[in-house]
Amino acid sequence: MLQFQLWKKLFVVAIAALGIIYALPNLLNGNKNAAFLPGKKINLGLDLQGGSHLLLRVDIDAVRKERLENLGETIRRDFRTKKIRFSALVVTDDAVSLQLRDKIDGPTAQQIFSDLGSDYTPARDGNVYQIRLNDAGLTLMQTRTVDQSIEIIRRRLDPEGTKEPIIQRQGLDRILVQLPGVDDPEAVKRLLGRTAKLTFQLVDISMTAVEAKQRGRSPPGSVLMESANDDGLIYLIEKRVMVSGEMLDGATATFDQNNRPAVSFVLNSNGARRFGKVTGDNIGRPFAIILDGKVVSAPTIQSQIFGNGQITGDFSVAETNELALVLRAGALPAPLIILEERSIGPGLGADSIAAGEFAAVIGLVLVAVYMGLSYGFFGGLAVAALAINIILIIAALSALQATLTLPGIAGIVLTMGMAVDANVLVFERIREELGKGRSAIAAIDSGYQRAISTIIDSNLTTLFAALFLYIFGSGPIKGFAVTLGIGILTSMFTAVMVTRLLIVIWVERKRPTKLIL
Amino acid sequence: MRLKLVSSNTSINFLKFHRLAVLFSSILVAGSIGLFAIVGLNLGIDFRGGILIEARHNSGPADIGRLRGELESLGLGDISLQGFGTETDILVRVQRQKGDEKAQIAAIQLVSATLGDDYDVRRTEFVGPTVGAELAEKGMMAVVCALLAIMVYIWFRFEWQFSLAAIIALTHDVLSTIGLFALTSFEFNLATVAAILTIAGYSINDTVVVFDRVRENLRRYKSFTLVDILNKSLNETLSRTVMTSVTTLLALMAIVVFGGAVLRDFAIAMIWGVLIGTYSSVFVAVGLLSRFDIKRNDDDGAETPEYERS
Repeated sequence: MLQFQLWKKLFVVAIAALGIIYALPNLLNGNKNAAFLPGKKINLGLDLQGGSHLLLRVDIDAVRKERLENLGETIRRDFRTKKIRFSALVVTDDAVSLQLRDKIDGPTAQQIFSDLGSDYTPARDGNVYQIRLNDAGLTLMQTRTVDQSIEIIRRRLDPEGTKEPIIQRQGLDRILVQLPGVDDPEAVKRLLGRTAKLTFQLVDISMTAVEAKQRGRSPPGSVLMESANDDGLIYLIEKRVMVSGEMLDGATATFDQNNRPAVSFVLNSNGARRFGKVTGDNIGRPFAIILDGKVVSAPTIQSQIFGNGQITGDFSVAETNELALVLRAGALPAPLIILEERSIGPGLGADSIAAGEFAAVIGLVLVAVYMGLSYGFFGGLAVAALAINIILIIAALSALQATLTLPGIAGIVLTMGMAVDANVLVFERIREELGKGRSAIAAIDSGYQRAISTIIDSNLTTLFAALFLYIFGSGPIKGFAVTLGIGILTSMFTAVMVTRLLIVIWVERKRPTKLIL
Repeated sequence: MRLKLVSSNTSINFLKFHRLAVLFSSILVAGSIGLFAIVGLNLGIDFRGGILIEARHNSGPADIGRLRGELESLGLGDISLQGFGTETDILVRVQRQKGDEKAQIAAIQLVSATLGDDYDVRRTEFVGPTVGAELAEKGMMAVVCALLAIMVYIWFRFEWQFSLAAIIALTHDVLSTIGLFALTSFEFNLATVAAILTIAGYSINDTVVVFDRVRENLRRYKSFTLVDILNKSLNETLSRTVMTSVTTLLALMAIVVFGGAVLRDFAIAMIWGVLIGTYSSVFVAVGLLSRFDIKRNDDDGAETPEYERS
């Protein structure tokens, strides 16, 4: 055990040197002269650097419902053009069903259904047909909806592309958002809390909204909508969409002629053409600006409008800024539901780091003093190894770009206490061997030999605990598991290799015949 | 001059206290299960769902009394308000709101608005009901899987009796830690699950060290009775056991005193774990071994290298 080949010595020195090189960027803290170093700084978790962690669910059901309703409309239209008579067209949660009046239309109907594409599977029971969105279609819809949502979220949260948010899919219908450095988490939630679906639709003037409500049903092709402002008004709106949010070329926060906050928009060429035509045909009629199913305002068309206009309503300046941003970013394909939020202010993060660092230093000093008092010179060697151990942990975290969290700092401090355990095992063994009357060198040699299997057994079992924490943990707990696991591995290395090397060097120089431990 | 908390040549008859330890541990575990069943755990929002907001008054101490009145009048159900670390800091906990996730988000906005401009919100955590149930399930899975993996590993490296004794000792540690949380009403959250798993890791570490020595002595001293071998092994490793416990406790103390309010409960749980883990290694795990019939005539008497045996 006391034979240490040259290559092993070089190996230990090389690892320690690598550790120092990779750990250094964290110490130099953005110093320009450090640019030659290969490594990066440790990735701080949101609980240390401040930021928002959000787990969102994409409300696929809303998309599916909309899709099936559109399917119903398509089928209705196609049947009418082919002059097929049918009844009882119903849109349910997962299918569209209808009944043919005439059996003879069966083949034509089948043809129409198969032209709908491979996403749908028709089923027939006598004259009743059911067209279902099949599993492949559902999966495709889910994937697309989530992918689109991720893209829109990115554009809303990081319009300039500078904030480096993490936005990733989790499971089937979830999206994880990690946004560092957030001052106002409520604003983030507001940005994600609305789909921002903008449409311009004509107001139905065949009767008033109140009349329609009293009659209990709206005229065909029209629908009742609430006001977005707190005025309790209702509107009767034509279903046909004149212009929708996809046709926007840009939107900016501005003020109207009365100096009230407003959002001005520019339409693309397609949108401008359509808007121009409808407004030209309907001068004098009111049209509604509808955001997420609610009427923001319903101005009267004074003249033909083409490329640009203004949205006014009950807005504050902050609201127009946010509205302009979400309109520029585009509408979300489905509403987002916030399942989990963890937001940490930058001040708390900085305080946590300071407290954690201070606790780590105090812990290190306490352990060092105790080891020194207990084992003297050998204790000092163990503390030197512990220092290298901490450098290696920092280096490994930096090199792997693992995330250091607040519980992770606790993990490092805890590792300090446990890291010396391997050394303690060896030193106690050496003491025992000395007690049996062995010479210094023989005692050290057999102390190491006997302790190593214990060290491996005991550390591997702890590593299991860390492994399962990593597999099942989330967020900060995962960070704790990573530091704990890395700490176990590095402390095994430092105890078995570094301390031993130091002792070997000492033995070779001093050639001790007696050892007091 | 060396600091030695334990002399090198102790000969304590640990197993003499075996019956006492069985009694103590039985009461401890039964009491823990009882407390868990009757009092229950003070589940944090991680598992129960709900809202947690940490805020700091930006000019002087927080007026908890006035604020409590205002928050309670919001009609959000069970709201708890407490100081947190310093006199300027407060922690607000709001129970899970009826209704879907939107209702929860609205409640956060209501509380932030009530805190007003006098307070800087430093932390907002919200866990919806779906996620809470998932986190609880994952936490359970983590603990159970870790215990099973440890059991299999010990079985593989030692005999089944060792594995059984170790797993009983570990379960003892986990249950009594849960009992501590029920007794003190410390918040039981994700960090607590991490603490429990670390306690399990620490405790098994301790147990394995003693078991290794038992295995070695079983082979070396064929004429000794099992009880003598167990006592000898415990005495031989006692100095190390105490040494490692003290260094770990020192590091944990540093976190309790200086590590900030968020880590304090975590570190306190760990301190308990170090104490109970050390106790259980000595008195529960090894005590149980003395009850088991360990096979001892498995080789020809030659000292085989420990590492080649399974």
